[in-house]
Amino acid sequence: MSLQRVTRSTVIDAPIERVWEILRDFNSHLYWHPIIAASEIEDGLAPDQVGCVRNFRLQDGNALREQLLTLDDHKYISTYCILDSTIPLQRYVATVRLKPVTDGRRTFWHWQSTFATPPGRERELADAVGNGVYVAGFTALRAYLLGQRTNAVSAQPAPAPLRNDPLEAQAIVLTARGGAEQLKSVTTSAASPGAGEVRIRQTAVGVNYIDVYVRTGLYAGLVEVGGVPGFEAAGTVIDVGPGVTHILPGDRVAYACPPAGAYTSMRTMSAEQVLRLPDHVSEEQAAALMLKGMTAEYILFRLHRVGAGDIVLIHAAAGGLGMLAAQWAHALGAVVIGTVGSEAKARVARDYCDHVVLNQNGRFADPVLGASAGRGANLIVDGLGEVAREQNMQALAPTGHWVSVGQAAGAWQPIDPAWLGQKSVTFSRPVVFHYTSQPRQLREMATRVFDALRAGTLRPQIARYALSAAATAHLDLESRRTTGQVVLLG
Amino acid sequence: MIKVYTSSVIDAPADAVWSRIRDFNGLPTWHPAIADSRIEQNLPSDRIGCVRNFRRRDGGTIRERLLTLSDYEYECTYAMLESPMGVENYVATLKLTPITDGNRTFTEWSAEFDCAAARERELSQSIGQGVFQGGFDALKAHFAGRR
Repeated sequence: MSLQRVTRSTVIDAPIERVWEILRDFNSHLYWHPIIAASEIEDGLAPDQVGCVRNFRLQDGNALREQLLTLDDHKYISTYCILDSTIPLQRYVATVRLKPVTDGRRTFWHWQSTFATPPGRERELADAVGNGVYVAGFTALRAYLLGQRTNAVSAQPAPAPLRNDPLEAQAIVLTARGGAEQLKSVTTSAASPGAGEVRIRQTAVGVNYIDVYVRTGLYAGLVEVGGVPGFEAAGTVIDVGPGVTHILPGDRVAYACPPAGAYTSMRTMSAEQVLRLPDHVSEEQAAALMLKGMTAEYILFRLHRVGAGDIVLIHAAAGGLGMLAAQWAHALGAVVIGTVGSEAKARVARDYCDHVVLNQNGRFADPVLGASAGRGANLIVDGLGEVAREQNMQALAPTGHWVSVGQAAGAWQPIDPAWLGQKSVTFSRPVVFHYTSQPRQLREMATRVFDALRAGTLRPQIARYALSAAATAHLDLESRRTTGQVVLLG
Repeated sequence: MIKVYTSSVIDAPADAVWSRIRDFNGLPTWHPAIADSRIEQNLPSDRIGCVRNFRRRDGGTIRERLLTLSDYEYECTYAMLESPMGVENYVATLKLTPITDGNRTFTEWSAEFDCAAARERELSQSIGQGVFQGGFDALKAHFAGRR
């Protein structure tokens, strides 16, 4: 039985980094190739794990399993083979190879395979592979790349004269440490981007409790007086500086990272931690989800691995982080007990918590023990801090894990290890930016958050304020008047 | 070791582009920077090991030895023996790949060489953009409007 070779190639009008970002993902075809009805990587492996197996179901009902044999981020090569298939392609090995077209920043895409077929079906199957899969894939990926940019304010690069000019921006500055009234609206400007930088027209800015701590001085080092607070926003790229290849003018993007400076309508910043948004995520959702969603992600998947059998106590379960963490923990099979401060918030939290405890007098431990048949919680997501210290210890199961992600009800006093020893407690005091500092892990975390949004696991409830009303948003957040995720709209 | 890589798309079938560039002695017929060329010792220009001796329009004389010629892979590799450019260990490859979509040609021209550190940028620019892209631009102009 002789092998035949099928080759198709094309040129894609996008930089190679952009095309490779999609093609290197062995599980991406579901999103861009029209013949795929379902795709899954077996055994929960990462799609860039060489040896991983993808399980395809095609629109026509056929099914096949393919294994990743080579993944080369240096030479842009992916090689894979068919393990078993309802289509009689035998000894099928295919290679996707990209090369840069330096003349015009485009990408040459070469797709080639060798395989055998039953006698008499050579031509039919060569056509199915070459045209049905490869050529159709070229067309589809081209449309997918365009589609990713059609939601943008402008799919074209900003006009050249803009590039060297600073652009006017409306920003919020911290005029002194203190109350919300210290946040003032000013007119400023965003410089044209230098090497490695991007300039973003921001349409949605995320407000986080860390911004309150920065303002009051609890975390004073993060923003100087006179500086712009905020760590999270989404918008559209206006222009990029030399060396930036993963995002382009017109792309919809979001970020959650230091340094501060997000409370503004226009920002020039390092492009390293700026991610392109998938089609299904709006800028408002991104500003609501990036920091709080990734915080929930690392708590539930990295710091602790939450699953069925876990009893998870989440404070402020109708708040920005608490809501997302509770929805996600519930979907992972944990029993979720949420505390809230009002009956109105309890009505919201009952939608995704197994038990809701109305915590108006600070005594939640007994109801938590009652809801867990006396066992207590083996994971606490705690944004309260010092005030709730004794109640949390009482509510915790022996060998439980106590994760402190905030201190909304007062700064921590020192904690004595011997005191933790009374229940063999693990106490964690994580910082989200330590989890997101590596671009690869940042992408993984953000992708998991956006996938959970698409799946309906995360259902944010966005409280909207004008950017110029940042002070009001802070006031409402601090006085527990907000439900869900607070976003400032530019 | 400095690496220079330039690539382009020519709107003509690979066979047509290959027949225009295959002749190791044919640079003056298609590359605008080359004034004249001869093969030393009267060897055929597709004999591996033959040396082309050519002059650039700006006056410099260059000698290059043919290392690889593949009519199957549409590929030609050669080493520079002498030149006024101030490079050493210079080996370059010119390669064509058919683009099935539109029956066009993906062209790649790359080189590796050593040079004084201070001249890396200038030489990368003059070789990559001057010689290689200049050649591609001439090919694009030649084939433009022919189909």
